[in-house]
Amino acid sequence: MNGQGGQPGNRPGRDDSPDRLYTLTGGRSRSAPDNPFDLVTLVVAECDPVPGMQSEHAAILRLAERPTAVVEVAAVLRLPVGITKVLLADLLAAGRVSARHPRRTAVTDPDILEQVLVGLRNL
Amino acid sequence: MDSVTSDPAESVGAEADPRPPLRASADNGLKIVVVGGFGAGKTTLVRSVSEIRPLSTEETMTRAGEAVDDVSAVRDKNATTVAFDFGRITLDARNVLYLFGAPGQERFWFLWDRLFTGALGAVVLVDTRRLDDSWYAIDRLERHGTPFVVARNDFGGPDFAPQAIRDALDLDPDVPLVHCDARARNSSKRVLIALVEHAKHRYRRSYDAQVPALTEESPR
Repeated sequence: MNGQGGQPGNRPGRDDSPDRLYTLTGGRSRSAPDNPFDLVTLVVAECDPVPGMQSEHAAILRLAERPTAVVEVAAVLRLPVGITKVLLADLLAAGRVSARHPRRTAVTDPDILEQVLVGLRNL
Repeated sequence: MDSVTSDPAESVGAEADPRPPLRASADNGLKIVVVGGFGAGKTTLVRSVSEIRPLSTEETMTRAGEAVDDVSAVRDKNATTVAFDFGRITLDARNVLYLFGAPGQERFWFLWDRLFTGALGAVVLVDTRRLDDSWYAIDRLERHGTPFVVARNDFGGPDFAPQAIRDALDLDPDVPLVHCDARARNSSKRVLIALVEHAKHRYRRSYDAQVPALTEESPR
Protein backbone atom coordinates (compact mmCIF):
# COMPACT_ATOMS: atom_id res chain seq x y z
CA MET A 1 0.00 0.00 0.00
CA ASN A 2 2.70 2.48 -0.82
CA GLY A 3 1.91 3.45 -4.34
CA GLN A 4 2.26 7.03 -5.41
CA GLY A 5 0.18 7.78 -8.46
CA GLY A 6 -3.47 8.03 -9.21
CA GLN A 7 -4.50 10.10 -6.27
CA PRO A 8 -8.07 11.15 -6.84
CA GLY A 9 -8.85 14.78 -6.68
CA ASN A 10 -5.64 16.45 -5.58
CA ARG A 11 -7.51 19.34 -4.21
CA PRO A 12 -6.16 21.62 -1.56
CA GLY A 13 -7.45 20.69 1.85
CA ARG A 14 -8.12 17.12 0.84
CA ASP A 15 -6.29 14.19 2.26
CA ASP A 16 -7.74 11.38 0.28
CA SER A 17 -4.66 9.37 -0.50
CA PRO A 18 -5.37 5.74 -1.28
CA ASP A 19 -3.79 4.81 2.03
CA ARG A 20 -6.22 6.94 3.96
CA LEU A 21 -9.14 5.51 2.03
CA TYR A 22 -7.84 2.01 2.69
CA THR A 23 -7.80 2.74 6.40
CA LEU A 24 -11.29 4.19 6.36
CA THR A 25 -12.89 1.19 4.79
CA GLY A 26 -10.72 -1.42 6.47
CA GLY A 27 -9.36 -2.27 3.05
CA ARG A 28 -12.60 -3.81 1.90
CA SER A 29 -13.03 -4.16 -1.76
CA ARG A 30 -15.85 -2.68 -3.70
CA SER A 31 -19.31 -2.95 -2.35
CA ALA A 32 -20.77 -1.40 -5.44
CA PRO A 33 -23.13 -4.00 -6.86
CA ASP A 34 -25.17 -4.58 -3.75
CA ASN A 35 -24.63 -1.32 -1.93
CA PRO A 36 -28.14 0.00 -1.45
CA PHE A 37 -27.30 3.69 -1.24
CA ASP A 38 -28.22 6.10 -3.97
CA LEU A 39 -26.64 9.55 -4.21
CA VAL A 40 -29.86 10.99 -2.86
CA THR A 41 -30.75 8.35 -0.30
CA LEU A 42 -31.55 10.28 2.86
CA VAL A 43 -29.66 8.98 5.86
CA VAL A 44 -30.91 9.47 9.40
CA ALA A 45 -28.86 8.78 12.52
CA GLU A 46 -30.50 6.34 14.89
CA CYS A 47 -28.06 6.90 17.77
CA ASP A 48 -25.46 9.32 19.03
CA PRO A 49 -21.76 8.85 18.41
CA VAL A 50 -20.09 6.75 21.08
CA PRO A 51 -16.52 7.00 22.37
CA GLY A 52 -14.07 4.90 20.43
CA MET A 53 -16.14 4.97 17.27
CA GLN A 54 -14.27 5.52 14.01
CA SER A 55 -14.16 9.28 13.58
CA GLU A 56 -15.85 9.23 10.17
CA HIS A 57 -18.69 7.12 11.55
CA ALA A 58 -19.10 9.59 14.39
CA ALA A 59 -19.04 12.50 11.95
CA ILE A 60 -21.77 10.87 9.86
CA LEU A 61 -23.97 10.36 12.93
CA ARG A 62 -23.59 14.02 13.86
CA LEU A 63 -24.33 15.15 10.31
CA ALA A 64 -27.37 12.94 9.98
CA GLU A 65 -29.27 14.04 13.07
CA ARG A 66 -31.69 15.34 10.47
CA PRO A 67 -32.17 13.56 7.14
CA THR A 68 -29.03 14.08 5.04
CA ALA A 69 -28.41 12.88 1.51
CA VAL A 70 -25.50 10.55 0.79
CA VAL A 71 -24.01 13.15 -1.54
CA GLU A 72 -24.10 15.78 1.19
CA VAL A 73 -22.36 13.42 3.59
CA ALA A 74 -19.65 12.82 0.97
CA ALA A 75 -19.20 16.53 0.25
CA VAL A 76 -19.08 17.66 3.85
CA LEU A 77 -16.71 14.88 4.89
CA ARG A 78 -14.71 15.43 1.69
CA LEU A 79 -14.76 11.78 0.76
CA PRO A 80 -15.43 10.19 -2.61
CA VAL A 81 -18.99 8.97 -2.95
CA GLY A 82 -17.97 5.30 -3.19
CA ILE A 83 -16.06 5.39 0.09
CA THR A 84 -18.91 7.23 1.77
CA LYS A 85 -21.28 4.48 0.73
CA VAL A 86 -19.04 1.84 2.29
CA LEU A 87 -19.01 3.75 5.57
CA LEU A 88 -22.78 4.17 5.44
CA ALA A 89 -23.30 0.49 4.76
CA ASP A 90 -21.37 -0.27 7.96
CA LEU A 91 -23.56 2.05 9.96
CA LEU A 92 -26.71 0.69 8.39
CA ALA A 93 -25.70 -2.90 9.14
CA ALA A 94 -25.07 -1.91 12.76
CA GLY A 95 -28.48 -0.26 12.99
CA ARG A 96 -26.88 3.11 13.69
CA VAL A 97 -28.48 4.83 10.73
CA SER A 98 -31.64 4.28 8.78
CA ALA A 99 -31.93 4.94 5.07
CA ARG A 100 -34.81 6.54 3.17
CA HIS A 101 -34.21 5.45 -0.39
CA PRO A 102 -35.61 7.37 -3.34
CA ARG A 103 -38.83 5.90 -4.65
CA ARG A 104 -37.78 4.02 -7.74
CA THR A 105 -40.97 4.76 -9.59
CA ALA A 106 -40.74 8.50 -8.97
CA VAL A 107 -39.30 9.21 -12.38
CA THR A 108 -42.34 8.00 -14.21
CA ASP A 109 -44.97 8.54 -11.52
CA PRO A 110 -47.26 11.36 -12.68
CA ASP A 111 -48.24 12.14 -9.09
CA ILE A 112 -44.65 12.65 -8.00
CA LEU A 113 -43.88 14.68 -11.11
CA GLU A 114 -46.88 16.85 -10.34
CA GLN A 115 -45.62 17.32 -6.75
CA VAL A 116 -42.24 18.38 -8.16
CA LEU A 117 -43.94 20.90 -10.45
CA VAL A 118 -45.97 22.34 -7.59
CA GLY A 119 -42.84 22.60 -5.45
CA LEU A 120 -40.89 24.32 -8.21
CA ARG A 121 -43.66 26.77 -9.00
CA ASN A 122 -43.87 27.71 -5.34
CA LEU A 123 -40.18 28.57 -5.15
CA MET B 1 -15.83 23.47 -15.70
CA ASP B 2 -13.74 20.45 -16.34
CA SER B 3 -13.36 18.44 -13.19
CA VAL B 4 -13.24 20.74 -10.21
CA THR B 5 -16.26 22.94 -10.57
CA SER B 6 -16.13 25.00 -7.45
CA ASP B 7 -13.45 26.52 -5.36
CA PRO B 8 -12.51 23.89 -2.79
CA ALA B 9 -11.22 26.59 -0.48
CA GLU B 10 -14.84 27.63 -0.10
CA SER B 11 -16.03 24.17 0.73
CA VAL B 12 -17.40 23.85 4.18
CA GLY B 13 -16.09 21.48 6.78
CA ALA B 14 -18.27 19.50 9.13
CA GLU B 15 -17.40 21.86 11.95
CA ALA B 16 -18.89 25.00 10.45
CA ASP B 17 -21.69 23.65 8.36
CA PRO B 18 -24.12 26.36 7.31
CA ARG B 19 -26.51 24.15 5.41
CA PRO B 20 -30.09 24.48 6.55
CA PRO B 21 -31.17 21.03 7.70
CA LEU B 22 -33.83 19.13 5.84
CA ARG B 23 -37.18 18.64 7.46
CA ALA B 24 -37.46 15.55 9.62
CA SER B 25 -40.25 14.35 7.32
CA ALA B 26 -38.08 14.42 4.17
CA ASP B 27 -38.06 10.93 2.68
CA ASN B 28 -37.75 11.12 -1.08
CA GLY B 29 -34.65 12.42 -2.82
CA LEU B 30 -34.98 13.33 -6.49
CA LYS B 31 -32.32 14.16 -9.07
CA ILE B 32 -32.00 16.51 -11.98
CA VAL B 33 -28.66 16.72 -13.78
CA VAL B 34 -27.39 19.87 -15.47
CA VAL B 35 -24.83 19.01 -18.12
CA GLY B 36 -22.82 21.36 -20.21
CA GLY B 37 -19.41 22.23 -21.50
CA PHE B 38 -16.72 24.21 -19.78
CA GLY B 39 -18.04 27.57 -18.68
CA ALA B 40 -21.60 26.97 -19.88
CA GLY B 41 -22.94 28.11 -16.52
CA LYS B 42 -23.86 24.84 -14.81
CA THR B 43 -22.76 25.93 -11.36
CA THR B 44 -24.34 29.32 -11.88
CA LEU B 45 -27.69 27.73 -12.63
CA VAL B 46 -27.45 25.38 -9.65
CA ARG B 47 -26.49 28.25 -7.37
CA SER B 48 -29.32 30.49 -8.52
CA VAL B 49 -32.04 28.08 -7.41
CA SER B 50 -30.37 26.10 -4.62
CA GLU B 51 -31.20 26.60 -0.96
CA ILE B 52 -27.61 25.72 -0.07
CA ARG B 53 -24.40 27.08 -1.48
CA PRO B 54 -23.35 24.53 -4.08
CA LEU B 55 -21.14 21.80 -2.69
CA SER B 56 -18.69 19.71 -4.62
CA THR B 57 -17.82 16.05 -4.41
CA GLU B 58 -16.33 13.41 -6.61
CA GLU B 59 -16.50 9.82 -7.68
CA THR B 60 -13.84 7.59 -9.12
CA MET B 61 -14.54 4.92 -11.67
CA THR B 62 -12.52 2.36 -13.51
CA ARG B 63 -12.79 2.06 -17.25
CA ALA B 64 -14.81 -1.05 -16.65
CA GLY B 65 -17.44 1.16 -15.11
CA GLU B 66 -17.05 0.02 -11.54
CA ALA B 67 -16.95 2.55 -8.80
CA VAL B 68 -13.72 2.55 -6.96
CA ASP B 69 -14.43 1.43 -3.47
CA ASP B 70 -11.42 -0.77 -3.93
CA VAL B 71 -8.38 1.32 -3.21
CA SER B 72 -6.08 -0.71 -5.38
CA ALA B 73 -7.96 0.63 -8.35
CA VAL B 74 -7.45 4.23 -7.27
CA ARG B 75 -3.89 3.82 -8.37
CA ASP B 76 -4.96 2.18 -11.56
CA LYS B 77 -4.14 4.32 -14.54
CA ASN B 78 -7.53 3.44 -15.93
CA ALA B 79 -9.35 5.05 -13.01
CA THR B 80 -11.02 8.33 -13.79
CA THR B 81 -12.20 10.82 -11.24
CA VAL B 82 -15.02 13.18 -11.96
CA ALA B 83 -16.01 16.03 -9.68
CA PHE B 84 -19.47 17.46 -9.70
CA ASP B 85 -21.35 20.24 -7.95
CA PHE B 86 -24.75 20.01 -6.46
CA GLY B 87 -27.39 22.07 -4.78
CA ARG B 88 -30.75 21.26 -3.29
CA ILE B 89 -34.32 22.47 -3.30
CA THR B 90 -36.83 21.41 -0.66
CA LEU B 91 -40.03 20.93 -2.66
CA ASP B 92 -42.43 19.98 0.11
CA ALA B 93 -42.55 18.07 3.38
CA ARG B 94 -41.30 14.86 1.76
CA ASN B 95 -39.66 15.59 -1.58
CA VAL B 96 -36.18 17.06 -1.88
CA LEU B 97 -34.74 17.81 -5.30
CA TYR B 98 -31.00 17.62 -5.82
CA LEU B 99 -29.50 19.44 -8.77
CA PHE B 100 -26.21 18.14 -10.07
CA GLY B 101 -23.93 20.15 -12.31
CA ALA B 102 -21.78 17.78 -14.27
CA PRO B 103 -19.30 18.07 -17.12
CA GLY B 104 -20.59 16.84 -20.44
CA GLN B 105 -17.46 15.40 -21.92
CA GLU B 106 -16.91 11.79 -22.65
CA ARG B 107 -15.24 10.60 -19.48
CA PHE B 108 -18.09 11.88 -17.38
CA TRP B 109 -20.48 9.36 -18.90
CA PHE B 110 -18.75 6.50 -17.15
CA LEU B 111 -20.44 7.86 -14.08
CA TRP B 112 -23.90 8.31 -15.44
CA ASP B 113 -25.32 4.90 -14.66
CA ARG B 114 -23.70 4.83 -11.29
CA LEU B 115 -24.62 8.28 -10.06
CA PHE B 116 -27.51 9.59 -12.04
CA THR B 117 -29.65 6.61 -12.72
CA GLY B 118 -33.18 7.42 -11.69
CA ALA B 119 -32.81 11.13 -12.51
CA LEU B 120 -36.04 12.87 -13.46
CA GLY B 121 -34.19 14.28 -16.41
CA ALA B 122 -31.39 16.52 -17.57
CA VAL B 123 -30.87 20.11 -18.58
CA VAL B 124 -28.33 20.56 -21.35
CA LEU B 125 -26.98 24.05 -20.86
CA VAL B 126 -25.55 25.46 -24.06
CA ASP B 127 -23.47 28.46 -24.92
CA THR B 128 -24.30 29.45 -28.51
CA ARG B 129 -20.65 30.32 -29.09
CA ARG B 130 -19.75 26.69 -28.40
CA LEU B 131 -22.66 24.59 -29.53
CA ASP B 132 -20.43 21.69 -30.45
CA ASP B 133 -19.66 21.23 -26.74
CA SER B 134 -23.20 19.88 -26.38
CA TRP B 135 -23.35 17.35 -29.18
CA TYR B 136 -21.93 14.52 -27.19
CA ALA B 137 -24.21 15.07 -24.19
CA ILE B 138 -27.32 15.29 -26.37
CA ASP B 139 -26.39 12.12 -28.18
CA ARG B 140 -25.86 10.23 -24.93
CA LEU B 141 -29.10 11.44 -23.39
CA GLU B 142 -31.07 10.47 -26.49
CA ARG B 143 -29.57 6.99 -26.49
CA HIS B 144 -30.14 6.67 -22.78
CA GLY B 145 -33.79 7.65 -23.12
CA THR B 146 -33.44 10.32 -20.45
CA PRO B 147 -35.89 13.22 -20.79
CA PHE B 148 -34.01 16.45 -21.35
CA VAL B 149 -34.42 20.05 -22.35
CA VAL B 150 -31.85 22.28 -23.98
CA ALA B 151 -31.40 25.62 -22.25
CA ARG B 152 -29.57 28.32 -24.11
CA ASN B 153 -27.78 30.40 -21.50
CA ASP B 154 -27.76 34.06 -22.44
CA PHE B 155 -24.19 35.26 -22.46
CA GLY B 156 -24.94 38.16 -24.74
CA GLY B 157 -23.42 36.26 -27.62
CA PRO B 158 -24.86 36.06 -31.12
CA ASP B 159 -28.62 35.87 -31.03
CA PHE B 160 -29.36 32.80 -33.12
CA ALA B 161 -32.91 32.03 -34.05
CA PRO B 162 -34.22 29.03 -32.13
CA GLN B 163 -34.52 27.07 -35.35
CA ALA B 164 -30.89 27.74 -36.16
CA ILE B 165 -29.89 26.33 -32.77
CA ARG B 166 -32.16 23.32 -33.28
CA ASP B 167 -30.61 22.68 -36.66
CA ALA B 168 -27.08 23.07 -35.36
CA LEU B 169 -27.78 20.61 -32.53
CA ASP B 170 -29.89 18.33 -34.71
CA LEU B 171 -32.54 18.41 -31.99
CA ASP B 172 -35.57 16.19 -32.12
CA PRO B 173 -38.66 18.42 -32.54
CA ASP B 174 -40.06 17.05 -29.27
CA VAL B 175 -37.15 18.32 -27.21
CA PRO B 176 -37.92 21.72 -25.68
CA LEU B 177 -35.43 24.50 -26.36
CA VAL B 178 -35.63 27.26 -23.78
CA HIS B 179 -33.81 30.50 -23.29
CA CYS B 180 -32.41 31.31 -19.87
CA ASP B 181 -30.23 33.52 -17.81
CA ALA B 182 -28.64 31.05 -15.41
CA ARG B 183 -27.83 33.84 -12.98
CA ALA B 184 -31.51 34.63 -12.45
CA ARG B 185 -33.44 32.46 -10.04
CA ASN B 186 -36.74 32.81 -11.86
CA SER B 187 -35.16 32.00 -15.17
CA SER B 188 -33.44 28.89 -13.84
CA LYS B 189 -36.65 27.88 -12.12
CA ARG B 190 -38.49 28.09 -15.46
CA VAL B 191 -35.90 25.81 -17.04
CA LEU B 192 -36.51 23.18 -14.35
CA ILE B 193 -40.27 23.50 -14.74
CA ALA B 194 -39.92 23.08 -18.51
CA LEU B 195 -37.92 19.90 -17.94
CA VAL B 196 -40.36 18.33 -15.49
CA GLU B 197 -43.35 19.21 -17.71
CA HIS B 198 -41.54 17.63 -20.63
CA ALA B 199 -40.80 14.48 -18.61
CA LYS B 200 -44.42 14.27 -17.50
CA HIS B 201 -45.74 14.57 -21.05
CA ARG B 202 -43.22 12.08 -22.34
CA TYR B 203 -44.02 9.44 -19.80
CA ARG B 204 -47.73 9.96 -20.29
CA ARG B 205 -47.23 9.41 -24.03
CA SER B 206 -45.13 6.32 -23.53
CA TYR B 207 -47.62 4.98 -21.03
CA ASP B 208 -50.48 5.54 -23.43
CA ALA B 209 -48.49 3.84 -26.15
CA GLN B 210 -47.76 0.85 -23.96
CA VAL B 211 -51.26 0.14 -22.78
CA PRO B 212 -52.51 -1.50 -25.98
CA ALA B 213 -49.23 -3.37 -26.34
CA LEU B 214 -49.68 -5.00 -22.96
CA THR B 215 -52.62 -6.97 -24.22
CA GLU B 216 -50.43 -8.56 -26.85
CA GLU B 217 -47.51 -10.82 -26.33
CA SER B 218 -44.89 -8.88 -24.46
CA PRO B 219 -41.40 -8.88 -25.95
CA ARG B 220 -40.02 -8.79 -22.42
